[in-house]
Amino acid sequence: MTLIRTEEIIKVYRLGEIDLKALNGVTTSIDKGEFVSIMGPSGSGKSTFMNILGCLDRPTEGRYILDGIDVSAFSRDELARIRNEKIGFVFQGFNLLRRTTALENVELPMVYSGVSQKERRERAREALNKVGLSGREDHYPNQLSGGQQQRVAIARALVNNASIILADEPTGNLDTKSSKEIMEIFTRLNEDSGITLIVVTHEPDIARYSRRIIRFLDGMIISDEKAQ
Amino acid sequence: MIDLTTTIRISIRSLKANKMRSFLTMLGIIIGVGAVIAMLAIGSGARSRIAAQISSMGSNLLMILPGATTAGGVRMGIGTQPTLSMADAEAIRKECPSVQYVAPVVNGVAQVVYGNLNWSTGVIGTSPEMVFVRDWEITAGRNFSDDDIRGATKVCILGQTVIENLFGDINPLGHVIRIKNVPFTVIGILQRKGQSPTGQDQDDVIYIPVTTAQKKIFGTTFPGMVRIIMIKARSPEVMDSAEREITDLLRQRHRIGPRQDNDFTVRNLTQIMQVQEQSTSVMTILLGAIASVSLIVGGIGIMNIMLVSVTERTREIGIRMAVGAKTWDIRLQFIIEALILSLSGGLIGIITGIVSSRVISSLAGWPVMISIFAVMLSFSFSGIVGIFFGYYPAHKASLLDPIEALRYE
Repeated sequence: MTLIRTEEIIKVYRLGEIDLKALNGVTTSIDKGEFVSIMGPSGSGKSTFMNILGCLDRPTEGRYILDGIDVSAFSRDELARIRNEKIGFVFQGFNLLRRTTALENVELPMVYSGVSQKERRERAREALNKVGLSGREDHYPNQLSGGQQQRVAIARALVNNASIILADEPTGNLDTKSSKEIMEIFTRLNEDSGITLIVVTHEPDIARYSRRIIRFLDGMIISDEKAQ
Repeated sequence: MIDLTTTIRISIRSLKANKMRSFLTMLGIIIGVGAVIAMLAIGSGARSRIAAQISSMGSNLLMILPGATTAGGVRMGIGTQPTLSMADAEAIRKECPSVQYVAPVVNGVAQVVYGNLNWSTGVIGTSPEMVFVRDWEITAGRNFSDDDIRGATKVCILGQTVIENLFGDINPLGHVIRIKNVPFTVIGILQRKGQSPTGQDQDDVIYIPVTTAQKKIFGTTFPGMVRIIMIKARSPEVMDSAEREITDLLRQRHRIGPRQDNDFTVRNLTQIMQVQEQSTSVMTILLGAIASVSLIVGGIGIMNIMLVSVTERTREIGIRMAVGAKTWDIRLQFIIEALILSLSGGLIGIITGIVSSRVISSLAGWPVMISIFAVMLSFSFSGIVGIFFGYYPAHKASLLDPIEALRYE
């Protein structure tokens, strides 16, 4: 079942007088439950593509159909709602709120979807448990290791029952051991819960966890193959 | 849209994270609100004191003073020439329809003795109508009778200050005091009236019948003349016509030709006081306006800090947007932060204002009156300032691009 379909997506950034074409006709589709790596050198357009997939940005031209809905012309607030309901983000720099406990960080998406305080608590606890952080609920980000912070971020991405998790260099700031742990959590989520995972990376070791690798160059897909 | 309690909690948390800064931002509002309340309290205190003094003087009051002497080209000033007579007072009573009460006055300062105590005070010879002119109650004893005036009897009515100085705790009714060595029986006691608008102690007074004053205390070379005539008009509306009637009557009685100046002056005391009251109101408004400028400056302080805060928290805003915060979720969060700053500043400002106006009143001895109106006004004004100056930073925050906000270092 197709979850994501992009049709001839073009993204142009206007930098003063010059138009910069970050994406130049990207057409692809990703099924529900897939685990995809997106690779490519910097400037190849993979981050731009991720931003569009994550509904943080809109394509200049072309269509993006998410879960059967064309979201390419959605307004800011409509996109915010889609992000809230369907998409979980994991960033290289974790992007947790400072001075906010792990539990409250995980609660954040539910704050914006109007879940009651009590249910938020419960579900956030559950999500933290899923990533192996029970007992760290009241820790602040600066009291957690990089790997633990990234796990909090994963719990936050999971907690609103997102169907897609988009991870942008999720292991970029982590050591090998933590990277391995994170990728194992991803694999487990993908296999056990059937969550669609899209990971942007330039490390072949990380890409190896996925089952499909899409390579970008100069704003276009140059290869799309099964991982070995 | 997210619920308000959560938004408020988020806002309070981020304000707490920067306690010093939040406090300094609030300080602008605290000073503004405090100043507005203190200024209005001082202003309305002054006004209420004047109003109380006006009513203590008696309402609808006119005072007729005799004219000025001119001796060899030297004009001697009002009251130097005895031109008013008992007959004038009687004529005004009979012929001026707008006049309700007339009280002629023959007065002076005299030494008063009771037992081994003595006291110098103003002795006023007048008619029984004086207490009605001045709206002054006799709390014990009786007023003069017409027989007292006719017979020039040696009776007196005492003000509270005189009683305190001569009698202490003794009830003075029926006792005999000596005014300039002439024995007088105390027949009445006046209610306490306090200070006059010009700061005199109105209770330091003794009333005696006008005829007694003329014949036995302040013997005069001009028999039947009086120093002042006090008048009470029937109502505030007829003050002007009373003034006109009296002027016409006295000009006629004193045979003053059309080109000659009056040999008397009619003063509208109530009007003088009202002008003073009005100028106090203007002053109150002025003080309040100046104080509200500082409230606006405080608001600009809030805007300034909120703008800094938005820039500092760009990444936080990006994270919130990424997980699904909508435009108004972000906007509301910052507006509420500004509101919490301004309203709690307003609350502390109210307390500061009340405390400081009390301190001012006890140090400077000024009367202060804190009105609920001033408190409500400045509190809601601080709320409006919060929304007004908080909106722009909040608006700016809500329109950030999530991608750039997430990348912000």
